[in-house]
Amino acid sequence: MARQVTPGNGKNMADDQNLLEINHLKMYFPITQGLFGRVIGYTKAVDDVSFTIRAGETLGLVGESGCGKTTVGRCIVRGYQPTDGEMLFRKADGAVVDLSMLQGEELRPYRKEIRMIFQDPYSSLNPRMSVFENVSEALHVNKMGTRAEMEERVGYLLRRVGLRPEYMKRYPHAFSGGERQRVVVARAMVTNPCLIVADEAVSALDVSIRAQILNLMEELQADFNLTYLFISHDLSVIRHICDRVIVMYVGKVVEVAEGLDIYINPQHPYTEALMSAVPIFNPRQRDRDRRIHLEGEVADPSNPPSGCYFHPRCRYAEDRCEHETPPLRQIDAERGHYVACHFAEKLELRGAVIE
Amino acid sequence: MDAVAQQPELEPTWGAEADDDLKLEVATQWQLMWWKFRKHQLAMAGGAVVIFFYILALGAEFFAPKLFTWYDKNYVYAPPQQIHLIRDGQLAPFVYGYKFERDPKSYKKTWLVDEETIIPIGLFVSGEPYKILGLIETDIHLIGPLDQDDPFYLMGADKSGRDVFSRIIYSARISLSVGLVGVFISMMLGIVLGGLSGLLGGAVDNIIQRLIEIMMSIPMLPVWLAIAAVVPLDWSALDVYFIITILLALTTWTGLARVVRGKFLSLREDDFILAARLDGAPGMRLIFRHMLPSFYSHVIASLTLLLPGMILAETALSFLGVGLRPPVVSWGVMLQETQKVAVIAIYPWLLYPALAVIIVVLAFNFLGDGLRDAADPY
Repeated sequence: MARQVTPGNGKNMADDQNLLEINHLKMYFPITQGLFGRVIGYTKAVDDVSFTIRAGETLGLVGESGCGKTTVGRCIVRGYQPTDGEMLFRKADGAVVDLSMLQGEELRPYRKEIRMIFQDPYSSLNPRMSVFENVSEALHVNKMGTRAEMEERVGYLLRRVGLRPEYMKRYPHAFSGGERQRVVVARAMVTNPCLIVADEAVSALDVSIRAQILNLMEELQADFNLTYLFISHDLSVIRHICDRVIVMYVGKVVEVAEGLDIYINPQHPYTEALMSAVPIFNPRQRDRDRRIHLEGEVADPSNPPSGCYFHPRCRYAEDRCEHETPPLRQIDAERGHYVACHFAEKLELRGAVIE
Repeated sequence: MDAVAQQPELEPTWGAEADDDLKLEVATQWQLMWWKFRKHQLAMAGGAVVIFFYILALGAEFFAPKLFTWYDKNYVYAPPQQIHLIRDGQLAPFVYGYKFERDPKSYKKTWLVDEETIIPIGLFVSGEPYKILGLIETDIHLIGPLDQDDPFYLMGADKSGRDVFSRIIYSARISLSVGLVGVFISMMLGIVLGGLSGLLGGAVDNIIQRLIEIMMSIPMLPVWLAIAAVVPLDWSALDVYFIITILLALTTWTGLARVVRGKFLSLREDDFILAARLDGAPGMRLIFRHMLPSFYSHVIASLTLLLPGMILAETALSFLGVGLRPPVVSWGVMLQETQKVAVIAIYPWLLYPALAVIIVVLAFNFLGDGLRDAADPY
């Protein structure tokens, strides 16, 4: 495929398979003080993050609370204006556009292409609008079709997510959490997007409902050729649904790996600690000493430690870690395994127990 | 729209049978609020009383037996008459006439009931002419003596022989509308300034919030006294009424502005607002379609609770003589006559306007209470 360049943007992507390429993304929130809002520092929620999302894949983004994974998601849907960096998006016609540069109305076409599924189905639906009004809002504001067409589209989507089309007249209070989340999925689907950012899409749901929603999302992915960025702190959910996993720690990417690699063969001490926390279903395989208890708190993104951000909590830390920030580098060319640790080759780290 | 085109028919795979009883599921927020409000009996009663008083105020000429300017110097401080329904075994309502004695020493007039004079009264009697809502000329009054020259004082007479009952009804116009107009101005100020404060944030927010703090820290009574002192005497009653309304509004918008600001601040972070923003909804639509509906029920409830405060303030100001002045008639103006303890002791019926104030204020409070409980049905 010949590369096309959007006038005025002039950006290219490294790989034709990439749908979205994030380069050196930074999102700093100013910390203000005093009567006149003097800026006294920045919370570096996302600090120089680069990764790619390939068309058709499900990319997992994991990390503890406060590591910046939600902020990355909100930058991509442009809920935030990133402080710096590029977000190259490949349009349906192959042209590449940098989403981080667009403002206001320029974003409108991309808001249809990149949609979001929210965590809490109770707060993400407007209780004062019916399901139809909630789902069709994007069609309405983008003037996509008449009322009858919108009703047809919403009815069709409700059926696709497993709800009766007649339900569109009801208000969100008439639904359970799982049903609401189906409505939220339908809302994300309403403009026929190519990329969906699912921010903790099943974390607020009952465990029994989770599998239903995950299966629904996989079904929709197959039928509509969707690409997911799946943000979660739940490693078992990520393992179930994701083709590739990115691990974040305090605003930085610490490890990227394909498929089960991250579980079997973690290369970063932080990933190792995360993996040791995955519950083991078989009691015979449980081992009391297996859990790695991280010392201390997650670093403060407004005042991160020197060198490697993880060094104060790392079991393997040496002097070098305190002074030198490890770059994210590829350690396994075949499997696309990237890690940001000075000693990735030397360390023998344990993975999670996969049954 | 190409997206609609590709639609294979699918059977619903999940979810309960769609039932006929969809009432609750498809109820809008206003329906839910009404159902919740309906259960609050005190608030329903309060609402009925409030509506009753506003109807009285609107049709004051019809409901009042006399005009508020009407007087009869022969019946100064005449006490209230009692209505008797049955005469000679037949339904024929009447009141007894008055007679009086003079104390030979103090020369004081003492009113007595004259059981020999019978004044027949009735409904829809003709009396003094007036225009309904300023349009249709008529002389029908809801209640009154069949002969319009007979004395008829249901709540007694004041120092000029004016009918207290009629004047209370006319007063409702001013006393209840000062509140309404004041609340409207205060609502506009509160929503606009509070909205700006919450939506824009930063320096604007800072300035407005400090302004509110300054407004709240000014002791208003001395300010009112000062303003009453500088209002020129030749100003018409209407001008004074206007000034009083604005003054009341200026002191009450601050609380509402804070509520509105808080609501906008918390809504700004809500997921469903972000969702609407990501849908591409423009700013105005975000505010008016998505944010305002989430809290205008709260605004209505807090306004209902603001009204009695305004009514009380107007009454207090007029009572002190710094508010409205005769010939305008409001409950506060009427109560000016009761400033002397001696007057209250001898002519207690002059306190009837206070009873009207209490009933209306209580009714508003009950109504507001019920509205506040019903305001968030979710």
